Amino acid sequence: MDAVLKMVAQRLALGLLTLFVVSLIIFASVEMLPGDVAEEILGQSATPETVAALRRDLGLDRPAHIRYFEWLGDMAQGDFGRSLANKREITELLGTRLWNTLFLAGYAAVIAVPLSLALGILAALYRNSLYDRLVNSATLTSISFPEFFVAYIMIAIFAVSWRWFPAIVNVTAETPLDERLYKAFLPAIVLTMVITAHMMRMTRAAIINLMASPYIEMARLKGLTRRRIILHHALPNALAPIINVIALNLAYLVVGVVVVEVVFVYPGLGQLIIDSVTKRDIPVVQACSLIFALTYILLNLLADILSILSNPRLLHPR
Amino acid sequence: MTDANGDDLLLRIRGLKIEGRTEEGWNEIVHGVDLDLRRGEVLGLIGESGAGKSTIGLAAMGFARDGCRLSAGTIEFDGRELRSAPESARRKLRGNRISYVAQSAAAAFNPAHRLMDQYCEGPVVHGVMGRAEAERDAIDLFERIHLPDPEAIGFRYPHQVSGGQLQRAMTAMAMSCRPDLIVFDEPTTALDVTTQIEVLAAIRDAVEQFGTAAIYITHDLAVVAQMADRIMVLRHGLLVEEGDTRQLLSDPQMEYTRDLLEIRRFRVEERPRPADETPVLEMRGVTAGYGASTVLHDVSLQIHRKRTVAVVGESGSGKSTAARVITGLLPPTAGEVLYDGEPLPARFDRRSTDQLRKLQMIYQMPDTALNPKQRVEMVIGRPLQFYLGLSGSKLRERVRALLDMIELEPDTFIDRLPGELSGGQKQRICIARALAAEPEVILCDEVTSALDPLVAEGILKLLDRLQTEFSLSYMFITHDLATVRAIADEVVVMFQGKVVESGPKSEMFTPPHHDYTDLLLSSVPEMDPDWLDRLLAERAELAKQGRVLKAADN
Repeated sequence: MDAVLKMVAQRLALGLLTLFVVSLIIFASVEMLPGDVAEEILGQSATPETVAALRRDLGLDRPAHIRYFEWLGDMAQGDFGRSLANKREITELLGTRLWNTLFLAGYAAVIAVPLSLALGILAALYRNSLYDRLVNSATLTSISFPEFFVAYIMIAIFAVSWRWFPAIVNVTAETPLDERLYKAFLPAIVLTMVITAHMMRMTRAAIINLMASPYIEMARLKGLTRRRIILHHALPNALAPIINVIALNLAYLVVGVVVVEVVFVYPGLGQLIIDSVTKRDIPVVQACSLIFALTYILLNLLADILSILSNPRLLHPR
Repeated sequence: MTDANGDDLLLRIRGLKIEGRTEEGWNEIVHGVDLDLRRGEVLGLIGESGAGKSTIGLAAMGFARDGCRLSAGTIEFDGRELRSAPESARRKLRGNRISYVAQSAAAAFNPAHRLMDQYCEGPVVHGVMGRAEAERDAIDLFERIHLPDPEAIGFRYPHQVSGGQLQRAMTAMAMSCRPDLIVFDEPTTALDVTTQIEVLAAIRDAVEQFGTAAIYITHDLAVVAQMADRIMVLRHGLLVEEGDTRQLLSDPQMEYTRDLLEIRRFRVEERPRPADETPVLEMRGVTAGYGASTVLHDVSLQIHRKRTVAVVGESGSGKSTAARVITGLLPPTAGEVLYDGEPLPARFDRRSTDQLRKLQMIYQMPDTALNPKQRVEMVIGRPLQFYLGLSGSKLRERVRALLDMIELEPDTFIDRLPGELSGGQKQRICIARALAAEPEVILCDEVTSALDPLVAEGILKLLDRLQTEFSLSYMFITHDLATVRAIADEVVVMFQGKVVESGPKSEMFTPPHHDYTDLLLSSVPEMDPDWLDRLLAERAELAKQGRVLKAADN
């Protein structure tokens, strides 16, 4: 057990280091952009004197490394600063948006993960059957189209022609859960279609890869059913690669929803980051980037830890 | 119990044909075999690889591996025909009334589950016992086959248990539903001789105690002599000869069976160590290891010109590590390697091309030692280019000459890929590759252990001939004492990273021995069917006197 704790601690430390490096990169790339916040606020008509005065007010005249550590320190305490566009606290701005994005990602994950696991296991179970081929080509087709295209097709069919679901997902903090689920159904389905193929194919491949192992032959010679062999003997040994692919796809759900959010006018982080980029609202862009990085790191960390826990060699050393 | 015919026949196979799928279609690998097995009888199936013995063993369970099919014949188990029975019916028999013990228990136990879970799975799934009863039964069986700590061993994962113990645990697992028939598929082939004894004894006890019938598959005639009442010799998917064990061993009828009995008789005359000669290769006080663990402790050995030194010991004794130190793959933490009295740089990348050339290596697994995408000409040509700078027609001529030397027809073999060669042919190509560098010393790491006995003997004879022809010195790493007897001039016995005994072959095979040498020597199976009984009795006697001979593994 000590070995596992040590490994988790190591991964955690590595994750923090990665986060630190990412924050450096974000800060440095914003520094390298022409112009700064003061110029942005004052606009093109500002005189050099007023810009310099504002810089002094905002503390922008100090050296970059001091500002970096100040920024990092504020971030660590949950203070993301203020938006330039509407002067609101970014924390407040992010709050509902982040929650909305996580809700949509979670919604899609709850559908996509069990679905792709089940499809993958069944495809392995009935390998090379008509079902297998059908699932493979269906998932491949759905991943091959760009998500905005799929999204508009869905809107055209389910929102415009049949009017089952709304084309624009306008939710607020007060929207009750059932209404939220109903309204966000289309984007969740679009996201599911984007990530299912990857997870399903990895599940299938990881299981099939093990089917030639001597212990699977042994299980067959013990007179077990195919179902038990796959679920009880192959799946536990296939978990590590599957977990890693799931983690990557979940991270994609949070980070990669930008396009889908824009198509459905969904008030999530993706919308916010696009708005902020067009308005050159740099503090918000920085905050969003850091949250995306954190999501990736956390999910991969979780995947690493779960993979370790699924391996008895690491969990129970000799 | 008797069946309709009034005898106690358990398994009756008639005209069994089995086909395997190839690119060109179905290819017959077993061509009509008949087999009878009575209740409680142990039948040995023997033959080289490709003889179809495993395939027939599995067919007795109504099972064909993926890519194979039982194409004709009948398999009657206890009066029921299995080939035409639905899969669900066959599944109910498997693991329940017919069970299987695989060659490598380390690979056949699922790494994700504890031994006990895997043991109980059969009885619970087949509804023979409940989980609690199965667990009690497992502990009882573990104790009967003398597994250490029977109460607790079941709660370990496979990687926490040694190979020999796993193989015994697998035998116990096969007994879990008290089957009528167990198919043992080379259950000791992957084990050291010293460990093999315990497993053979456990299998025999288990089979005798419960009156279980067994099919015992092996390529080792001496092993099957200990286990079987009756032996069937197979070759190329056909029966060669069948008979009662003692009768078949004492009076074989067929040429092929006689060859199998003969194989352990090849002997090279021992050549004494030349006086006052600097050894061509010497390890002096070498200590080496991986990371924090030290594998070799102060190992010294000498190899003289035109001589063969056999390094013997069980797995984990440090034999292969010694070879890695000599070749410079693993720099030692202390001590040095001398070539012709001159110290060699510890790391291979510090050695000159000439130093590298003089020292070549042949590996255990010809399958993995050859790049599957390289043709024979390329494999043998590379060292010719690298060490001797040959190219063009000279290179091709030399490759052909080398193929001649290893007794493979150049026109036929020069353009082949490794996948188009048999195991023995592959090993010959590996020998030619080593020979191409025109070395003085060749390190042979278990070069015959992955091969069938007859093929292995061919390789030994070839190596012997090449030794005389090219004045080679061999360091022969092996765990097989028959090989040592055949080819060595001197023997070095290693145990847990130390040299425990060394000397000329004649001395090593005459008592008195170091305890470990004694264990090693006495563990080599002999053709005599009473050998195992005698050995176990002797060891029991010794144990009473307080001398316990046991392998490191047990």
